[in-house]
Amino acid sequence: MRKTTLAFVVRRLLHLVPVVFAIAAMNFLLIKLAPGDAADILAGQMGHATLEFTEQLRRSFGLDLPLAEQFVVYIERLLRLDLGMSFIQGVPVLDLIADRLLATVILMVVAIVLAVGVGVVLGVVAARRRGTWIDTVISVLALIVYATPAFWLGLMLIVLFSIVFDLLPSGGMMKIGADLSGFAYALDVARHLILPAATLGLFYVAIYTRLMRAAMLEVYSLDFITTARAKGLSETTVAWTHALRNALLPVVTLAGVQIGHLLGGSILVETVFGWPGLGRLVFDAVLQRDLNLLLGILFVSSIVVVIANLIVDLLYGFLDPRIVHK
Amino acid sequence: MNILGAFWARFRNNRAAVGGAVVLALVVLLALVGPWLYPVDPFDMVGRPFMPPFARFPLGTDVAGRDILAGIIHGARISLLIGVMASLAATAIGVTFGALAGYYGGWIDDALMRVTEFFLTIPSFVLAVVLVAIFSPTVANITIAIAIVSWPSVARLARGEFIAHRDREYVQGCRAIGMPDWEIILLQIMPNALPPVIVVASLTVATAILTESGLSFLGLGDPNLVSWGYMIGVARTVLRVAPWMAAIPGLMILVTVLAINLVGEGLNDALNPRLKQR
Repeated sequence: MRKTTLAFVVRRLLHLVPVVFAIAAMNFLLIKLAPGDAADILAGQMGHATLEFTEQLRRSFGLDLPLAEQFVVYIERLLRLDLGMSFIQGVPVLDLIADRLLATVILMVVAIVLAVGVGVVLGVVAARRRGTWIDTVISVLALIVYATPAFWLGLMLIVLFSIVFDLLPSGGMMKIGADLSGFAYALDVARHLILPAATLGLFYVAIYTRLMRAAMLEVYSLDFITTARAKGLSETTVAWTHALRNALLPVVTLAGVQIGHLLGGSILVETVFGWPGLGRLVFDAVLQRDLNLLLGILFVSSIVVVIANLIVDLLYGFLDPRIVHK
Repeated sequence: MNILGAFWARFRNNRAAVGGAVVLALVVLLALVGPWLYPVDPFDMVGRPFMPPFARFPLGTDVAGRDILAGIIHGARISLLIGVMASLAATAIGVTFGALAGYYGGWIDDALMRVTEFFLTIPSFVLAVVLVAIFSPTVANITIAIAIVSWPSVARLARGEFIAHRDREYVQGCRAIGMPDWEIILLQIMPNALPPVIVVASLTVATAILTESGLSFLGLGDPNLVSWGYMIGVARTVLRVAPWMAAIPGLMILVTVLAINLVGEGLNDALNPRLKQR
């Protein structure tokens, strides 16, 4: 079992190579499609560059080489983890991203765990009380949240919890100037995390609730549930131990598919809450039209999604032992 | 006419969908005749900034003294226009991919589905941001960018439909009489594969509107046009003093997207009666 899993992981990792290559190729294409190259931009910043000087710059960047050669150079640089410089900030793109990645991953993980947890519970409750007012309330709320733009929901939660009731901080990742450490620091970050994570997670709570409800109703019609009930097991046991595990599979599948979507939502939510992750970096890069930085973020976030998909795949095999990693 | 009648009878059964259709019709009406009934330029500074709703202007004024109601009306046009056009474009690309992959199978299927999976993997909103930032934010570019990130789910669905149909007897019959592939794909299978595609296309309008609002919230909207997302972005800085300024355009997005989703579910009940969920 262990050995097959290891072989599966290795094969999946090899599978990543063409995907990463395709991501790199798309990024290169986008760089070439973008109006103006690095030499134009640098020359523009100096204000008084001659045409000759711009050409010289272009040569020094290798931008006068044939396209195929430029692509080879680009891939070589990527292999050395060199994503180039931010045109505006004059700092390596990878450094900027590395500084922010952890905050985004924390936000995404907390949001998705929250969403799966709450969504599963609400979905099971709605399915068990199908047709009652509880089912109706849960289903209607899910429909409404599903139609709400996350960034707007975030702003409204700020109005409610930070401005009207003054319960939670409205932005940032920690209290400025508090100089906390240890447990107090973690608690402070957690307090700052509540609103952004709830904002990002609520949309997915809506999705998982609906999906879980449908999956539970599906499982309820299967024979083994009838058997479990015939054995005299309580409805609670039937729902939470027999049906739940089987109904969970589509939820996990969907969670895997949606990681890319989650990252997009995270960008907007981070912008609303000033959460110091990739999202804020995107917002700043958009404001300053820092294309190289944007492309670097697209590259890194694509890689993050690919890795996250791998983790979900492994989790899937753990939930459903019938899936043998051949 | 008979088909339409049967369709309407099934659609009417879903009361939420009928409600959604009514609300959606109102939003469309607002976009179409609004500027004519309420001829105020949304960029004009018509009064004092920060005027609350129902004072001098129906929905108040924004940070620069612009009429919020005028912004809502013109924003409806942009949201619906981009939502519908992006969904149509995404459906066209997705159906083309899905039809070819599903009908021919083999290496064509493999190649097209690799591309589709690739686009499903990369974070779609980030890609949309990059595309709009590179090619400058015009309505056409925003529409194309949203279409580029929205087509893969249509492709997967269309592929499934074409696989389900390609070996049916009527298709084999068409092949036996020597009908060319394009005719089988376009005139024989397509009409049968279309109902679920129509449902997904209608739901894609809703996600496209959400994506557009997110882009313009980030400042990637067309600078010459007012959109709901842009209005929320402007109001964000004054949330503490004028929360309604952000609340109103957001509510419009919510109501419009909700209405489209309800109509989509109604279409699903009416067009795919066998797939009706419990």
